[in-house]
Amino acid sequence: MSKLRVENVVKSFGEVTVLKGLNLSVDEGEMICLIGASGSGKSTLLRSINLLEPIDDGAIWLDGDDISLPGLDPQPVRQKIGIVFQSYNLFPHMSAVENVMLAPRRIYKKSREALRPEIEQLFEKFGLADRMDHYPDQLSGGQQQRVAIVRALAMKPQIMLFDEVTSALDPELVAEVLDVLRALKAQNMTMILATHEMGFAREAADRVCILHEGEIIEEGKPEEIFSHPKHPRSQAFLKSVL
Amino acid sequence: MLQNSTKNLTPRQVYEQKERRKGVVIASVSTFIVLALIFILVPTAPGWEAVQKSFFNKEVFIKTFPKLLSAFWIDVLIFLWCAPLIAILGLAIALCRDVQSPALFPLRIFGAIYTDIFRGVPVVLTVYLIGFGIPGLGLPRPYNSPYIWGSVALVLTYSAYVAEIFRSGIESVHKSQRAAASSLGLSNSDVMRYVVLPQAIRRVVPANMNMLIALQKDVALLSFIGPVEIFRQAGVFKSLLANFTPYVGAAIIFLAVTIPATRFADYLLAKQNRERS
Repeated sequence: MSKLRVENVVKSFGEVTVLKGLNLSVDEGEMICLIGASGSGKSTLLRSINLLEPIDDGAIWLDGDDISLPGLDPQPVRQKIGIVFQSYNLFPHMSAVENVMLAPRRIYKKSREALRPEIEQLFEKFGLADRMDHYPDQLSGGQQQRVAIVRALAMKPQIMLFDEVTSALDPELVAEVLDVLRALKAQNMTMILATHEMGFAREAADRVCILHEGEIIEEGKPEEIFSHPKHPRSQAFLKSVL
Repeated sequence: MLQNSTKNLTPRQVYEQKERRKGVVIASVSTFIVLALIFILVPTAPGWEAVQKSFFNKEVFIKTFPKLLSAFWIDVLIFLWCAPLIAILGLAIALCRDVQSPALFPLRIFGAIYTDIFRGVPVVLTVYLIGFGIPGLGLPRPYNSPYIWGSVALVLTYSAYVAEIFRSGIESVHKSQRAAASSLGLSNSDVMRYVVLPQAIRRVVPANMNMLIALQKDVALLSFIGPVEIFRQAGVFKSLLANFTPYVGAAIIFLAVTIPATRFADYLLAKQNRERS
């Protein structure tokens, strides 16, 4: 059974239908890259999986439970599915470590002292040990994004969603964030990435899905997709970005 | 310094410097002319001597000023107990207007009606209506004190304004902050308490400083319902001495407090604008 299954998901914003009956299934430990032009529905798909956007039709199954049922409490689901955004969205009034501790403190009712060792370990692992007490505006974009990833990981999610996490970064800072993603893959984290980093998708993804106007028009192993795209739209898109 | 050593300046910089100097000279000359006109023209007005006697009378000023100052202490006290109550009630009303749950919809309506009413009625009317009306219900001492009900009137009015300020602050926190907090699994109330409110409150500090300054002045309105604070005290002196100088004294005391406070609020606002840009 797949870890996560997105089934015929439809989502509209007013007149515009962003997801048109989209299907996707993700296995445990798999890393999936969603690629496609802006407005193809990548972000909306990730936000729907995290229940930040209620879907209009279809279902989203996590471990065999439909998490998209209307009226379902989204909080426990979100604790299992972490998401990291393009614009980091750190809380500017809290230090890095407070940003990370907030959710575990409030949700698992743990004290700062009890959390400190494991949080310190996370910071250390991602090369942020000396940045724990810095405020977001004292950190570079790459550091902020890594803190945002640590913040999501601190909830021990089963799936991580990454919404164009390197798109807002200066080119020289992209690598440090991609390294974090590689490290997570090495730990067998189940991940879905919306990304414009084609090189990274090619190298690291287990499967690449090409989105076009709210549908997955082609999916497969990265080498197949990048070398021999079948769908004319995929061919056009890859030609324009590679 | 670069500005002092003209030989290092490019022709453009020299030109800019000349323009700046010209500006300073023009501003000084025009200020001087205006001040000179005031000093020359005002004393030539036919009523100047009478005005001087009844508004700027030195003896009356010296005689009444200490008493005015001690009466001002009452204003300060009223201000000191009203301000925190206004902050609490204002925040509570602002939160009422933000509740999402349909079951709490009455709270939203209440918040909206509350702010409409108390922002729509002149403060002095609220002070009259509550200050005279509620003790008129026949409350026993000390619960009929105009200090209590006058303060209640101020708190109710100012909370309505402060609530709107807090609400604008809450709305100014970008929705991506709420999304980020919710995505971690935090409850709506935790999102508000730990993520939105701390940012919102910081942003509206300058606006609320201005409300504090306005409140500090409006405390004088309580004089209409009894308390002998500075404005009332000045009025008593005016009747006693048939001279308006005590009012000028009272104005000076108010200015001594409000001008530094206003400057401080401006400073906070400027600092915030710098940080945001």
